[in-house]
Amino acid sequence: MIQKLSKRFSPYQNRGINPKGFHVSQIKFYIILAPVVAFMLLPIIFIFSHAFKPPDELFAYPPKFFVTNPTFNNFTDLFSKMSNSGVPVSRYLFNSILITIVTVGASIVVSSTAAYALSKKNFKLKKTLFAINTVALMFVPIAVAIPRFLIVENLSLMDTFLVHILPGLAMPVGLFLIKQFIDGIPDEVVEAAQIDGASDLLIYSRIIIPMIKPAIATIAILTFQATWNNAEISTLYINSESLKTFAFYLTTLTSTAAGTNVVAGQGIAAAASLIMFLPNLIIFIFLQSQVMSTMSHSGLK
Amino acid sequence: MDETIAQTRSITKERKNLFQKWLEKEGSAYGFLSMYALMFIIFIVVPVLVAILLSFTVFDTIQLPKFNGLSNYIILLTQDDIFMKYVLPNTIKFSVIVGPGGYVVAFFLAWVLAQLPKVSRSILALILYSPSMTSGVTISAVWLTFFSGDQNGYFNSLLLGMSLIQEPVQWLKSPEYLMTIMIIVTLWGSMGVGFLAMLAGILEINPELYEAGSLDGISNRFQEIIYITIPSMKPQMLFGAVMAIVSTFQAGAIGVTLSGGNPTPQYAGQLIVNHIEDFGFLRYEMGYAAAVSVTLLLMVLLFARLANKLFGSEE
Repeated sequence: MIQKLSKRFSPYQNRGINPKGFHVSQIKFYIILAPVVAFMLLPIIFIFSHAFKPPDELFAYPPKFFVTNPTFNNFTDLFSKMSNSGVPVSRYLFNSILITIVTVGASIVVSSTAAYALSKKNFKLKKTLFAINTVALMFVPIAVAIPRFLIVENLSLMDTFLVHILPGLAMPVGLFLIKQFIDGIPDEVVEAAQIDGASDLLIYSRIIIPMIKPAIATIAILTFQATWNNAEISTLYINSESLKTFAFYLTTLTSTAAGTNVVAGQGIAAAASLIMFLPNLIIFIFLQSQVMSTMSHSGLK
Repeated sequence: MDETIAQTRSITKERKNLFQKWLEKEGSAYGFLSMYALMFIIFIVVPVLVAILLSFTVFDTIQLPKFNGLSNYIILLTQDDIFMKYVLPNTIKFSVIVGPGGYVVAFFLAWVLAQLPKVSRSILALILYSPSMTSGVTISAVWLTFFSGDQNGYFNSLLLGMSLIQEPVQWLKSPEYLMTIMIIVTLWGSMGVGFLAMLAGILEINPELYEAGSLDGISNRFQEIIYITIPSMKPQMLFGAVMAIVSTFQAGAIGVTLSGGNPTPQYAGQLIVNHIEDFGFLRYEMGYAAAVSVTLLLMVLLFARLANKLFGSEE
């Protein structure tokens, strides 16, 4: 008992990582973190607070950080508005939702099938292909915007629904994370199923998939963020207004906000920013623990 | 005659068998890989190859590309004043502060978070991670209002209120402030996947290692970090480093977003990515833009090499 107590109160015990509960020695860490957290959090709070401000608070002088009389007017304004080219805002939102759902689904299938092969199948090029993918982790898409543009043009993908989806499917980080996660499943599990005569497709869908849910959640989040926030594809590859995304619509708002319709523009842009941000946040909150358990497999050797 | 036919037949049969065997053995693996491989080739491999090929040509998108050897690279290194005077120094400054700087901050924050119990750790990790999920668009909506150039801008109003400045400053249009603001905004949004990976890595370390370390004479936390924490999570450190490098170079558009135009005021925020865009999409000098792209990819590779030297497993 005494030993237990002394252990609990000895500072050494708390030197360990991942303590069970609160201890006075942790206060200094909270103090270190406080300014950082404030700096990271303030703009996020601002996104929320700004979206609910009525016009007189949006343009108050001196400017107010927090909203005092919250209103939903910015949101109703946003959805009753037509873009300059006559497409209702709900259309952009619908496009974004549909594109994101399809891309996330497709990305999960594409990455997890490839990851299964690279982790649990035996073939000659296995190591080479994984090494290529590891090099591709360093790939910076923005650097090859021009060749990509030429390729999309030559494949007649310009101005199609597909061009929103396909470029995001080859995600080296995604493949890498799922592969590392599948490596954690013992080979015996797969071998036992093979002896029982299960086909690869059956092993993949019935054994592997249920065991790698955290990794799948992680890929879903990464793909979601990349797709939902993507305005470039609409800018570069899409001409017809009715195929563009909500993220793109927001860029038109922020760039014209300084122009003619300042008063209406600001409120709408603030509401649209919140709509852009909120799904990211909600999804991450739900999947945070899954993401963390995937990340512990993320090591790059 | 019949014999030779029979012979060829048996040979083809044998080949077929070989192919069938291969198909049985490895076919399903390639089947599983096929979808990813196809997308990977179309949107990653081919663009890189095309960029490399185009970088040796003159190409204006109307006429066919014309081979001109290394001249694009020679012009880039000897005659492109803007590149040498602004773009390269800017890119180096930006990427050194945001890359290694942000990386060290990410590791330190991850380490501090790991010293806290689960509930508060999860909440604080969420807060630190959340800026990285704001898109470039949302970032600009928020920070443009903060650094707006009139007296209504939050930063201006704050400084005016404290009488630190006499009249509003055009933060985003001023060459002397733009780079600093770009760095602040990028650092703000840089606690992403790499940060989470490092946090997970620190939490995974076997606590017995620390006990063993204290028996071996480790007396403070700094020593603990250097001799135990970092060596036991090298793979995550490397993953975090690669993510930091990539996101740093990928963040290149920030200066244009903040200042509202390419080129940025007096090229103060011009990064290599903006230079590519400038030549590719504004001047249609695709060959030259491709040479700059290849230079960028080489820079990323070089940095990653360096990270690998630091944290890679010695083989």
